[in-house]
Amino acid sequence: MTVATEDCERLADRASSGVAFDGLRVEETDGEFTLETPDNEWTGLDEDDLEDALAACEEYVTNWRYWQETVGGEGTARRAFLRWCEHAPIADADLGAAPSGPRNDLGEAADPNPLAVPERYDALRDGIDRRWGQLCITTRFVDVANPDGERVYDLWHVDDAESDLADLAVHDDPRDARELATYDADGRYRPLKTAPTLPGGWAFTGLSGDELVETVEFFYPATVANWHRELRGNLDVDHWLETAERQTGIYDVIDELPREAVDWMADACCVDSQCLRRREWQYEEGDDLDTDGGDGPFPCREPCSLVVAAARKWAILESEDEHTYELELTTSELNQLEELIDAVAEGRVDEIREADVNDGANRYRARYLRAKRFDEDGELEATRVDD
Amino acid sequence: MQALVVAAHGSHLNPDASDPTYAHADTVRETGAFDEVREAFWKEEPHFREVIRTLEADEVFVVPLFISEGYFTEQVIPRELRLEDWDPERWNSDGTDASQATLEATDVGKTIHYCGPVGTHDAMTDVIVQRAETAMADPDVGEGVGLAVVGHGTERNENSAKAIEYHTERIRQRDRFDEAEALFMDEEPEVDDVTDYFESEDIVVVPLFIADGYHTQEDIPEDMGLTEDYRLGWDVPAEVDGHRIWYTGAVGTEDLMADVLLERAADAGADIGDAREAVRELAASVAGTEPSAGAGAGD
Ligand code: SF4
Repeated sequence: MTVATEDCERLADRASSGVAFDGLRVEETDGEFTLETPDNEWTGLDEDDLEDALAACEEYVTNWRYWQETVGGEGTARRAFLRWCEHAPIADADLGAAPSGPRNDLGEAADPNPLAVPERYDALRDGIDRRWGQLCITTRFVDVANPDGERVYDLWHVDDAESDLADLAVHDDPRDARELATYDADGRYRPLKTAPTLPGGWAFTGLSGDELVETVEFFYPATVANWHRELRGNLDVDHWLETAERQTGIYDVIDELPREAVDWMADACCVDSQCLRRREWQYEEGDDLDTDGGDGPFPCREPCSLVVAAARKWAILESEDEHTYELELTTSELNQLEELIDAVAEGRVDEIREADVNDGANRYRARYLRAKRFDEDGELEATRVDD
Repeated sequence: MQALVVAAHGSHLNPDASDPTYAHADTVRETGAFDEVREAFWKEEPHFREVIRTLEADEVFVVPLFISEGYFTEQVIPRELRLEDWDPERWNSDGTDASQATLEATDVGKTIHYCGPVGTHDAMTDVIVQRAETAMADPDVGEGVGLAVVGHGTERNENSAKAIEYHTERIRQRDRFDEAEALFMDEEPEVDDVTDYFESEDIVVVPLFIADGYHTQEDIPEDMGLTEDYRLGWDVPAEVDGHRIWYTGAVGTEDLMADVLLERAADAGADIGDAREAVRELAASVAGTEPSAGAGAGD
């Protein structure tokens, strides 16, 4: 394969203002071209020589064409994300400025050691895998035998990485992601798109770069944009108090949630087991919550609508006074209450086997406790003793 | 480049609440009139708060998929979009005249054309009429038929009734239906007594709501006496007090709603080419009201 003539012409055209991209440099002064790659340099070329020389560094040329002509969008989150997908250097990444610093492996933001063109070209023949929440993204050449620089993208659930494509439902319309993201594996509605409950069994194949970004955004809205801002060091974080004080109508009350309750709330909602976004917001600037923000690759810049809605409930509940109650329980029954709460909080209830009466959250155990300790109104027999 | 954002309420509990938003946004996408089309929600993602930054376009037209001017369109959406200098006065509206205001979104440095809600646009009148046509499977529906436009009524927002009354009056002036009445769930005249307000034997009832849900699928059918229990369903038409009630469900699910989105954006200066015609044709063919030449049986 040789470099397409039109690529040569385009490069020659742009040489007068200088081309410098991913190691490829082409310059023109007074009709004489200079060509440079990290390994080679050619000087004093006329247009025909240039064409020959470009043919000798074909990978750099097709790489330039893919990024500058096909992808375009200099400075956009879309372009940065596609660069991230193949471990390419991200031009505007400010590795020092990202609030949490560059992350790697599961939470990689930018690569501290990005791949140069020849290494990337080798890797793109096999496909380069990256993980974005529960999504696995593969970047590969359209034409592996004869790569002309054009990439396509495949996308599936990380749990399906070993699955045969024939066993997955194959999609090519980004909008299908909306449906796939609506219900979890048990058919329950997922109001939080970044909950780690995305079901598998599907694959998107052969997406263009634009389509890939669109698909990812349907699965995890706004994650690419906020990741990109973080990468450039200009993520605008709205902390709890700012968000809470901004609310009106029925949510007006949430700024009354006590300081420590905000910690409990973050612990309840924003940890990795509940949400793949990495919480960057704190109680307020300079007043960090105790709960760790998590390890997700994409940041959460302010409390989401689900947390705001839940906070309203907690603000109302926390306005109640505490009392002392007296109730009769054996030690095992007290332990069982703890197990019940824990099982519900961990979403473990469905996993408890029917006959596993050793588990305090076993259904029969719970029913027995209810039969024994509830009165005829279905309430726990407890007496308030601080009147 | 120009982008359209369809701003809707959404729900944490009910996945169907966003269906009309997606459907109408998709229709607009297919016209190609905008470089980017994005759904945004109060209760779902992308949230109003985040949506603008996901766009590459510098000119953004935001159309609220809401029925009336009020709390959401005047306070919540502009605040969450971070529209600097927003003031409801910018719309200079009496409750049904909001057109657009051009503002800056300070966090992203983009120009936002913030439009009035779909529910109060004049084109909405056509959607209500089309809804009646769809319900009765008759493109010429009107003679001998009464039309009831149903809204929520006061609650927190007096403008909600204004939108209902506005369209009802416009339909009345067209003389297309023998009678046209605005009815409400929470104020007089009430939808419970629908048959008291009409002489026509056939009454087509169009609820001016964006999505089907609790009100349109449970409350209103039961209130009108279409069914004892919404879970048992109801007939269309259903016999009530000697009238035939043609109940349609939320008008917001009508395909022609995409046209209202486009009109709102066009009024605010968006270049939409001939997208409106494309949407109108599509909506008409879906409604089966366009006698398309050559479409034989089985087509
Ligand atoms: S506020 Fe918490 S639960 Fe909501 S998106 Fe952010 S990290 Fe996730």
